[in-house]
Amino acid sequence: MIRHLLSIKDLDPEGIERVLATAATFQADGPRIMRKYPTLRGKTVVNLFYEASTRTRTSFELAAKRLSADVVNFSVSGSAVEKGESLKDTAQTIEAMGVDAIVIRHSSSGAPNRLAGWVSASVINAGDGMHEHPTQALLDLYTIRQHFGSFSGLRVAIVGDIAHSRVARSNVWGLQMMGADVTLVGPPTLLPPRVEGWGVETTADIEAVLPKADVVYLLRMQLERGTGATVPTLREYSRLWGLDAARATLLKDEALIMHPGPMNRGVEITADAAELPRSVITDQVANGVAVRMALLYLMLGGRDAREEVPVE
Amino acid sequence: MSKAVVFRGARVVDPASGRDETADVRIEGEQITDIGKISTNHAEEIDCAGLILAPGFVDLHAHLREPGREDAETVATGTRAAARGGYTAVCAMANTDPVADSAAIVEQVVALGRAAGLADVYPVGAISVGLQGEQLAELGEMATSSARVNFFSDDGKCVQSAGLMRRALEYARAFDAVIANHAEEGALASGGHMNEGEVSSILGIAGIPAEAEEVILARDLALAKLTGARLHVPHVSTAGTVELIRAAKARGVRVTAEATPHHLALTDDLVSGYDPVYKVAPPLRTRDDVDAVRKGLADGTIDCVATDHAPHPPEDKEREFDLAPCGMLNLETALGVVVTELLDPGLLGWLRLIEAMSTAPARARGLDGHGGPIAPGTPANLVVFDPATAWIVEPEKLASKSKNTPFAGRTLKGKVVHTMLRGRFTVREGSDADGQR
Ligand SMILES: [Zn+2]
Repeated sequence: MIRHLLSIKDLDPEGIERVLATAATFQADGPRIMRKYPTLRGKTVVNLFYEASTRTRTSFELAAKRLSADVVNFSVSGSAVEKGESLKDTAQTIEAMGVDAIVIRHSSSGAPNRLAGWVSASVINAGDGMHEHPTQALLDLYTIRQHFGSFSGLRVAIVGDIAHSRVARSNVWGLQMMGADVTLVGPPTLLPPRVEGWGVETTADIEAVLPKADVVYLLRMQLERGTGATVPTLREYSRLWGLDAARATLLKDEALIMHPGPMNRGVEITADAAELPRSVITDQVANGVAVRMALLYLMLGGRDAREEVPVE
Repeated sequence: MSKAVVFRGARVVDPASGRDETADVRIEGEQITDIGKISTNHAEEIDCAGLILAPGFVDLHAHLREPGREDAETVATGTRAAARGGYTAVCAMANTDPVADSAAIVEQVVALGRAAGLADVYPVGAISVGLQGEQLAELGEMATSSARVNFFSDDGKCVQSAGLMRRALEYARAFDAVIANHAEEGALASGGHMNEGEVSSILGIAGIPAEAEEVILARDLALAKLTGARLHVPHVSTAGTVELIRAAKARGVRVTAEATPHHLALTDDLVSGYDPVYKVAPPLRTRDDVDAVRKGLADGTIDCVATDHAPHPPEDKEREFDLAPCGMLNLETALGVVVTELLDPGLLGWLRLIEAMSTAPARARGLDGHGGPIAPGTPANLVVFDPATAWIVEPEKLASKSKNTPFAGRTLKGKVVHTMLRGRFTVREGSDADGQR
């Protein structure tokens, strides 16, 4: 298994399959994992979060604890970064404590790459700037596979602020690796520069895409103000690119609605659309724990999950 | 009195006189006294077979960091690096702390250069007070001070206001001074940390498009034409910039331009590991841009090579890419990069290379005594280098106080053997010299 997970591209399709299959064994008794496994007893996982994210941090924490690892939460506020200890100093401090894995969330793209160069522990990227969020992509892939069984030929529409989204980047590379077709939907101001190089289709017309999509994946939309604003108002964004229950009727019967959370209800998705039966948004959250368990398990434990016997 | 020196049998490449031939060069005191076939007459003889002798290099653009950031570089360490790179004249950029926007600061920088005695230091004055881009600095005070500043730049900061830029160009004409504007439109570049392109798109780093440079340059060229003033374009980084300068020169606009070793050699894909050693302003661009900048330098559209030598201590560079400062070391590696990347592949010859490293920058700033000609009666500001010897760049061996070279581990061809400043060795036999002989 890989030493670091900095980008979803650190895995190949077989590696992704292995993570997803291992996650499934942890969910053998149902989506909520109640059992605790002894695999990582004696190992220490540090959650190094430079951005507040209760959701992702908690998911990693639960995953590590279900595998009997010790978990240390190391939260650093934005202001401390500006004047206090540098990332390198912090890395060396954590390294000196002797830990096995560092889960890092950081507002700077590439911070996990830098960290990996300074420590001997495994580094897991829990979201860096506009770069990647590979464990989000893994849990999204897991959720999609739960419903469709495979990826080849699936059409996935990712809607919204692709340019600034680490979730979009990891999902696009991951979905492509697994054989899905990706279409990016939004105004050109929200598409990344030189998107031609991404190997995806792009369009500004969500209603043309929905009838063909197997998955519609909505990204969180935030308003930048001033002359650099990417859309004039959230109201206009919502009207032209948001998903409401009426627009969702354009979807095929078996199509899924996904969102990485937290949702801006009424902006990229309305409450009624988020609560449609085809919405798997809460499944994504539950699956996150299983997928992160699988990843920690494979990166730090190295044994086959089927040999494991729960301790509780 | 010091003994005369004869450099014996060097290939003398001197664009100012058009000379490119094997010859002996005799130095007495501070001056060149003879050139041609010379008998050794009460002189120390230095064998230069296989070596090139040229006018000492001239750098229009270096950050020596003093006053203010002596932890990164000082005038003494920066000019030591310059001497090792074959330079005899270095223009020190204005973004010091305090900013070089007054006569007192520019005179201090000159004095520090004299005290070090390793290269002539010519300060660049700020265009605007505190580099703030709001109010014209006292260009006249700096021009008429003992530092005699005739070159102004808010380098690192672009003069955003077209009105201020027009006034600066107009006012500079009173002193026949040059205005060098870092071309980067603020709103287009805002938040960017690398070239906007395929690489930044994948890395998720906010980009600075080539057009941020080009829209300001197009404006500045129009203003240079309007005012009849002299504009210098620092660190050309895009193919579009090369085209704009080419067209402006054809129209008779008084413009000169420089390219840095890194914009001649390196591309934006190096940023892929997020190492800020590759972070620089303007950013490393694409292969097409590098090819255009090389071609522009070879054909003279870009007049000269300037280093934009920008030292930063390790703690500033060893951090997250977006939080690290811009800049790279270059003084000690510039010759090697230009020889390896441009001369060796046949993009330019020795006369053009020496012109770009010495004669053209000296002319752009009117630096008498630098850039040749190598002729009796002129100051002995010279470099002698081995064009063929390959060497590996080892950051810890550089003279600069900082180690942020993007060329670490690279094999370069072209190594300085002697550097001479007004008849005194600053580098001798490849080793630091203190000016004695
Ligand atoms: Zn500079």
